[in-house]
Amino acid sequence: MTVTPRPTTRSDVLDESQRSTRWSELVIENSIRLAGMSTIFIIGLIFFFLLREGLPAFIEVETSNLLSLRWYPIEDRFGLIPLLFGSLLVTLGAIGIALPLGLTTAIYLGEIAPAWQREVLKPLIEVLAGIPSIVLGFLGWIALAPIVQRLGAPTGLTAFTGSLLLAYMALPTIISITEDALYAVPKEYRDGALAIGATKWQTIWRVVIPAARSGIVMAVMLGIGRAIGETMAVMMVTGNAPNIPRLGPDIFFQPVRTMTATIAAEMGEVAQGSLHYNVLFGIGIVLFLITFLINSIATYFIGGRPSRRKGGRL
Amino acid sequence: MRSAVAGERYRRAICLLGVLVFGLLGLVSLAACTRSSAQAGAPTSTGGKTTIQNKGSDTLVNVALAWAEAYRDVNPNVSIAVTGGGSGTGIAALINGTVDIANASRQMKPEERQAALDNGIEPVQFVVAIDAIAVIVHPSNPVDRLTLQQLGNIYTGKITNWKEVGGRDAPIILLSRETNSGTHVYFLEEVVRKGTGDEEAIFAPQTLLMPSSFGITSEIRRNPNAIGYDGLGYVTEDEKVLAVARDSESPYVLPRVETASDGSYPIARELYMYTPGEPTGPVAEYLDWIRSPTGQEIVAKVGFVPLTAGGGS
Repeated sequence: MTVTPRPTTRSDVLDESQRSTRWSELVIENSIRLAGMSTIFIIGLIFFFLLREGLPAFIEVETSNLLSLRWYPIEDRFGLIPLLFGSLLVTLGAIGIALPLGLTTAIYLGEIAPAWQREVLKPLIEVLAGIPSIVLGFLGWIALAPIVQRLGAPTGLTAFTGSLLLAYMALPTIISITEDALYAVPKEYRDGALAIGATKWQTIWRVVIPAARSGIVMAVMLGIGRAIGETMAVMMVTGNAPNIPRLGPDIFFQPVRTMTATIAAEMGEVAQGSLHYNVLFGIGIVLFLITFLINSIATYFIGGRPSRRKGGRL
Repeated sequence: MRSAVAGERYRRAICLLGVLVFGLLGLVSLAACTRSSAQAGAPTSTGGKTTIQNKGSDTLVNVALAWAEAYRDVNPNVSIAVTGGGSGTGIAALINGTVDIANASRQMKPEERQAALDNGIEPVQFVVAIDAIAVIVHPSNPVDRLTLQQLGNIYTGKITNWKEVGGRDAPIILLSRETNSGTHVYFLEEVVRKGTGDEEAIFAPQTLLMPSSFGITSEIRRNPNAIGYDGLGYVTEDEKVLAVARDSESPYVLPRVETASDGSYPIARELYMYTPGEPTGPVAEYLDWIRSPTGQEIVAKVGFVPLTAGGGS
C-alpha cells in the first residue's frame, strides 16, 4: 500500500482540520488492513486446531485400519475408504448433473436470452442459492426419495438422491460464475466471428466458450467445493450406510455415507479426546486437503487472478 | 515528506497492536478449549428456582419430557430442561460435566466410566423404566414372525432376501439407528451378537443408519422391503410389529407391556439415568419421584414398561 503522493508545498501548510482528516484516514486504512489480515489469522487458527485434534488419529490408529473397508467406530474400526467413496460418488454425480445444466443455463442467459428474461431469471437463480440446505434436505426426504424409489432403486435413500440435491445446490454458483465469465469475453470477439460468417452457435461454441474457459473451470471447481462440503441435506437423503458401492449400472442407486455426514452424525456423541474424536477431526483434515487440492487445481487452470479484460466486466 | 514517515511509523504501531490483540485472543480461545472438561454440573439456581439439565437418549426423551412436565406441579420451584441427542451424547455431556442427569438406554461402557472418573466425576446409575424393542416392517410385508437367529443373520447380511424367511422375493433393506444410539448398541449386543452366536459380529455395511427414530419410521412406512427396530413407545398404527422368538423351539411373542415385564419377549431392556456423583437436593428428590408409583404411571402412559410391573433392577 503506497501513500498517495501529494505536492510537497502542501505538506508544510497542513492546517488543523487537514491533520485530523489524515489521522482518521490512517485509522480507517489500518482497521481495514487488520480486518484483511484477521482472515489469515483465523485460517491459521483453524488449521492449527484441526491438526492438533486430528493428527493423533493418523499416529495412533494403524494405517491398515484407516485404509480398511469397514467404518464401525464403536468397535474401533476406522476404515475411511467407504466414506471417501461415498463423498466422491455423491460429488461426481452432482457435478455430472449440475455441469451440463448449469453451463447451458449460463449460455442461454448470457448469449441467447432477451434482456427481460435475464432480468427475471437471474434473481430467481440467486433465490435458489439462498435456500437453506436443511430445507432442501427435507424436500429431498419427503419428495425426492420416494420418486427415486419408484424409479426402481431398492430404497429412495441413495447416492443419486444426494447428487440431485447437491446439483441443485451447486447450480447457482456454476451459473452465475459461468455467466460472468461469458460476459467478460470482449464484444469484439463475437463481432469478429459473426463478421467472417460464423453462425450464432458456432460463435458461442468455438469462440466465446474457449475464451471464457478459465472462468468456467473456476465455476466447476467452486461447484465441486460446494458439493463435497455440504452436510445436512446429504445426511438426510443418502442413507448413511458406510458401504462400498458395488460396481455396476446401479452404482449411483445404492446408499452411501459421506465424510461430512459422518462428522456431523457422530461428533455430538464422542467423548472429547477419545480416539474416535481424533479420527473425526482426521476426516476433517482429509476434507480440508481435498478442497485445498481442488482450489489449487482451479487456481492453476486460471493462472492466478482472473485478469480484467478490456470491454468486459468481471 | 515528514508526514509520510510519521504515517509509516504509525502504521507499524497499529500492525503490532493488531498482532498482539489477535495473539491474546488466540491464547484465550486455546485456554477455553483445554478447560471445557472441568466443573461437574451442579444444578443452577437463580432466585429460589432451580433448573436441572437433563440430556441424552432419544428413546427416553418422550418419557423424560412427560416427567418434567408433571413434576412442575409437584415442585414448582424446580424446572427441568430436557434434550435428546442419543445415549452417547448424554453420557459425553455427563463426562464433560455439562448435565445434572444423563439419560441412557444402555449402560455406560467401562471406558466411558473411566473417562468420567478421570474428569473427577463418579457416575451413579438409576434404573428408571423398562423398554421393549419392537421389530417393525411395512404393513404389506407377509412376514410376521422371526427368531433372534434370523434377525441376527438378517442384520449381519447373511440373509439378504425376504424369501429366505418366508416372505416375498425382494431384497431386505436394513434400517438402524446411528451408532451413538443406545438402542443401536443394545440391538448389537442382544440380537446381532447373541442371535448369530458370534461375539465379534457387527451390522452389515449396507445398513442404513438413521439419525433419528423419525427416519426409521418414515422409511418403514414407504418402503415395503425395509426392516427396522425402535422402542415400543414409538411404534405407530401404520407399522407392522413382528413377533420374536428366542430360538426356533420357543414361542413367538409380540412386544407388549406384559410380555416385556414378565420376560417372555426377548428384546427388552432397562433404561437408565446417570448423575455425576450421588445426587443431593432437588436432583435426588426428582429421581425418587420418578421411581415412585406416580412417576411410573407416566412410564406406562408413554408406552414403556413401568418398573413396578416386575423385572426392575
